[in-house]
Amino acid sequence: MSAQTGPARSAAARTPEEAHTPDLLYSETEEDLRSAVRALLADRAGAPAVIAATESRSPYDRRLWDSLAGGIGAAGLLVPEERGGQGASHREAAVVLEELGRSVAPAPYLTSAVVATEILLALDARDGPAAELLADLAAGRRAAVLALPFATPAADSEATLTGTLERTVAGVADAAAADVLLVPTDEGLYAVESADPGVTVEPLVPLDLTRPLAAVTLTGASGTLLAGPGPAGAAVARGLLSGAGLLASEQLGLAEWCLTETVRYTRERHQFNRPVGSFQSLKHRMAQLWLEVVSARAAARNAADALATGSPGAPLAVAVAQAYCSKVAVHAAEECVQLHGGIGMTWEHPAHLYLKRAKADSIAYGTAGRHRESVAALTELPAP
Amino acid sequence: MSTTTDAADIRRRTQELLAAHPPAATGRTAFLQARFDAGLAWVHYPTGLGGLDAPRSLQTVVDAELAAAQAPDNDPRRIGIGLGMAAPTILDHGTDEQKRRFLRPLWVGEEVWCQLFSEPGAGSDLAALGTRAVRDGDDWVVDGQKVWTSSAHLARWAVLVARTDPDVPKHRGISYFVCDMTDPGVEVRPLRQITGEAEFNEVFLTGVRIPDSRRLGPAGEGWQVARTTLMNERVSIGGARVPREGGMIGTVAKTWRERPGLRTHDLHHRLLTLWVEAEVARLTGERLRQQLVAGQPGPEGSGMKLAFARLNQEISGLEVELLGDEGLLYSDWTMRRPETVDFTGRDAGYRYLRSKGNSIEGGTSEILLNIVAERVLGLPAEPRNDKDIAWKDLAR
Repeated sequence: MSAQTGPARSAAARTPEEAHTPDLLYSETEEDLRSAVRALLADRAGAPAVIAATESRSPYDRRLWDSLAGGIGAAGLLVPEERGGQGASHREAAVVLEELGRSVAPAPYLTSAVVATEILLALDARDGPAAELLADLAAGRRAAVLALPFATPAADSEATLTGTLERTVAGVADAAAADVLLVPTDEGLYAVESADPGVTVEPLVPLDLTRPLAAVTLTGASGTLLAGPGPAGAAVARGLLSGAGLLASEQLGLAEWCLTETVRYTRERHQFNRPVGSFQSLKHRMAQLWLEVVSARAAARNAADALATGSPGAPLAVAVAQAYCSKVAVHAAEECVQLHGGIGMTWEHPAHLYLKRAKADSIAYGTAGRHRESVAALTELPAP
Repeated sequence: MSTTTDAADIRRRTQELLAAHPPAATGRTAFLQARFDAGLAWVHYPTGLGGLDAPRSLQTVVDAELAAAQAPDNDPRRIGIGLGMAAPTILDHGTDEQKRRFLRPLWVGEEVWCQLFSEPGAGSDLAALGTRAVRDGDDWVVDGQKVWTSSAHLARWAVLVARTDPDVPKHRGISYFVCDMTDPGVEVRPLRQITGEAEFNEVFLTGVRIPDSRRLGPAGEGWQVARTTLMNERVSIGGARVPREGGMIGTVAKTWRERPGLRTHDLHHRLLTLWVEAEVARLTGERLRQQLVAGQPGPEGSGMKLAFARLNQEISGLEVELLGDEGLLYSDWTMRRPETVDFTGRDAGYRYLRSKGNSIEGGTSEILLNIVAERVLGLPAEPRNDKDIAWKDLAR
């Protein structure tokens, strides 16, 4: 990948002989950011609030987004200060996503503050519409999403530059929350205002209620061409790669919540005059899950660090993280439902929100199988 | 004292050792003895016992300097039990006299150690052990049988747990000894295993007399001492930095690249899944190592052995299938008694069979899952029916 975004702070802090070793720990700054985001989400996006929101016409909580994106400054983490952001890196954005995974609150963070932001950063415009939009996204004033199906893998980025502005794109994540749509066409990348009279955003019924999907139809819409096909292709590829890489951190946070809640519940729930968490068959399943979660943490941190430092190994680190963390998140959510027994099947308990998010995440930006194909290509382990 | 000063100080001491005892002109044992006496054997050990009371992380400075000078090392693979288990236990629980007597020849490799813990009737439930030690004057007289003892046929010394009081609950009546493997009454018999060779032994103890001065820790409190040994047994991971494809996955990946004719779609799918899991396990180990260096040890170590056991088994199983016709063959069933444990060497069939032990030795995967569940996740313990009952009254 050509575009390196944000200062490579963690790499610079290390001694030369350690330069090739990823920093897999959390810095104090990152832990402070985590505390702030967690407190905000606990206050404004508890499970009952999230369930109620998914049943409303608009699941997005504008005040929550303003506090997260603008107040805490989370939307601008990837953007250098001189371009209107916080000048942090993917490592910090990954911590925000861990917390959003723990909360499954509907917020266009991954789609706008990561993917759309990375695309604009990669265009490297110092002024003009792309630079202005980037500053707006970084400040949390506006949100933008890439008008492609959520399932599009980074490996397919070259095929995304096709067609014209006259089109319908189904399965666009967070389109309903976006002020701007980034539309790849064979002429290059357009920015289209959602409020443009030629734009229709029709909500779909999504499997994952906490990350709404929409069908975007453009008929006679006018857009601003941000970049021609060459730079647009590279920028979309960068956006999808970062999206896939940081999605691993969301999956980690989600899995961690599922494990923590399952441990808590099975310690309290009694059957046969014992806490059910004292039965070995259940303990082993939770211990196994714990091992998967700590492993997912190493994989997700490695991907975030590789993106942050502009490492040439980033595509492999991302493919490994996605191939691994998707499975862990789904497994954790499935175990959470099962080990909660009947409670886990109810609408009232939030376990279902996590299962739906985990399963949808396992398709987003490419399935584990697609990422394994990338691993095969990058490690020279070809198919027969 | 800042860490930088320490590193520079240790580098200087290492250079002084090399100057006084040039590796090319010094015998292996003599060099290792001089290194021990210079406090550069294990720098975190006390001064006078092979160390300098320095931070453990500084050992890497010594190791790097000595490796660059091509100095001999003490072959940790051959004396792993002494280094990894006996030494920390002696350091924590031994008398000054015991530390002075045992640590230097142990580290230099002049004396090999083994561990007389497991018994035919006490494996995972180690505290149920039945080998008896009865006090007789200044000695203890030991009778019983141990099993799964690696290096027993090479060992000069053993750490030994034995029952000294059958009338109290099982964890309370155990004492911990250092046993001289050359004493009369110690009989070592090879235990031939699934691979065809005898890497382990059975050890029969018949009227073995151990002087009380070779008891480690108070009589009856051997379980606490044994816990030090067991904890160190499982903390063997985390020190070394492993390269990508550094373990068993590297062997099978190499075969895959070199022999396209063996490839099938099913094996490709499984290989890639395992490749990803092996890479993630490597990263998890690296993260654990970084936590240790940063002085924030995480609980990940408890789980690493579980992950490696499963991966080794699945990867070696896949490798046998990948090899097809060759997978039907085995290199050599001749009974042998190897000096070192060799998990990744030799051929695919051997690796497949040997890796079956990875989920048993040093704590079965089932026991380790219990430990993670109870100590890391805080889940309630299973109900027990062996507490507060004298060992002699337990059903066996």
